[in-house]
Amino acid sequence: MSRDTALVSADWAEQNLDTPGVVFVEVDEDTSAYDGGHIPGAVKIDWKQDLQDPVRRDFVNQEQFSALLSERGISNDDVVVLYGGNNNWFAAYAYWYFKLYGHDQVKLLDGGRKKWELDARAYTKDVPVRAKTSYSASAPDLSIRAFRDEVVEAIGVKNLVDVRSPDEFAGRLLAPAHLPQEQSQRAGHIPTAISVPWSKAANEDGTFKSDDELAKIYGDAGLDGSKDTIAYCRIGERSSHTWFVLKELLGQQNVKNYDGSWTEYGSLIGVPIALGDEPGKA
Amino acid sequence: MTSPSNTTAAGCAAPDQSAPIPASVDLNRETVLTGIVQNAEGEPVGGAYVRLLDSSGEFTAEVVSSPEGVFRFFAAPGSWTLRALSRSGNGEAVVDATVGVNEVALAVSPA
Repeated sequence: MSRDTALVSADWAEQNLDTPGVVFVEVDEDTSAYDGGHIPGAVKIDWKQDLQDPVRRDFVNQEQFSALLSERGISNDDVVVLYGGNNNWFAAYAYWYFKLYGHDQVKLLDGGRKKWELDARAYTKDVPVRAKTSYSASAPDLSIRAFRDEVVEAIGVKNLVDVRSPDEFAGRLLAPAHLPQEQSQRAGHIPTAISVPWSKAANEDGTFKSDDELAKIYGDAGLDGSKDTIAYCRIGERSSHTWFVLKELLGQQNVKNYDGSWTEYGSLIGVPIALGDEPGKA
Repeated sequence: MTSPSNTTAAGCAAPDQSAPIPASVDLNRETVLTGIVQNAEGEPVGGAYVRLLDSSGEFTAEVVSSPEGVFRFFAAPGSWTLRALSRSGNGEAVVDATVGVNEVALAVSPA
């Protein structure tokens, strides 16, 4: 994977809005943005309604993902271009799902909604009608998904990358600062995790920094290229953004996203937690 | 402490910026930074990207202003920079926040 295959620019997107076989998909938690105006031709996926299991604490399984994409009129051989708000957090999360379920050609729109808005490009409120398909998802590729036991075993062994804000890492805040702070779980981070906020990888307009800048950021932060890597945040969407950078842009092997992230880890009984700005000891 | 079932805290997307502060938010404990993004003519700017940067300039959070230009963050006491990006231009403001509601004026103008 590389920037050329994983990412498209807003210019490319604008030139390919009507290209057969290219499907634009807006992914957000709050889909009122889509309803108020979206990239012409784009279908919407609601991160919470469409991508989470309604009962179990997990995301949609292989059958549910197949049914969702069939219903949205997306085929296995379509080129899927994902974008969204929040600097593409949820679009990156969806990208990770598409990869997990074996979709061949999936790309992120660099800068997402923000770049599109700041460039003053056109939106529409028209909702496209796409014929249903028979999408067939592959079995989940667990080489890109980390679970809690593996994360505990990775302490002091693998690269653990905490991509939350510095205050969340240190335990001074429990959630991003645009959300109320009352939460039930413990604060802090996984011992030996390095702190590289997801935002380090993005420019102010939401586009990704250059490969050279990205390589320097993670190198300077102490990411060891010879080790496997697990990225985490609070609920797994910001860490999808960083997973995308490390795996898809920089081409690092063996990078997993821990989607359970701090909401799970910070609620586990008996696991070690580090407080403060330093990674801490294993 | 309020119930963890508070829906705004379930994910990471920005809650509705024009809604009143939820009753569950304890203003004796929370540090709220709020205000209106305005252009050079003093008109509210909706759809602006408002970024909260900590005292070292590190990005902390971002919301989109409501159609009335309103933005809101839940932070902590201390020095913060608010930076707005919009089709009408960019702007920033520095605030020394204390517990409770901190009103911040944030003007944008073309570069």
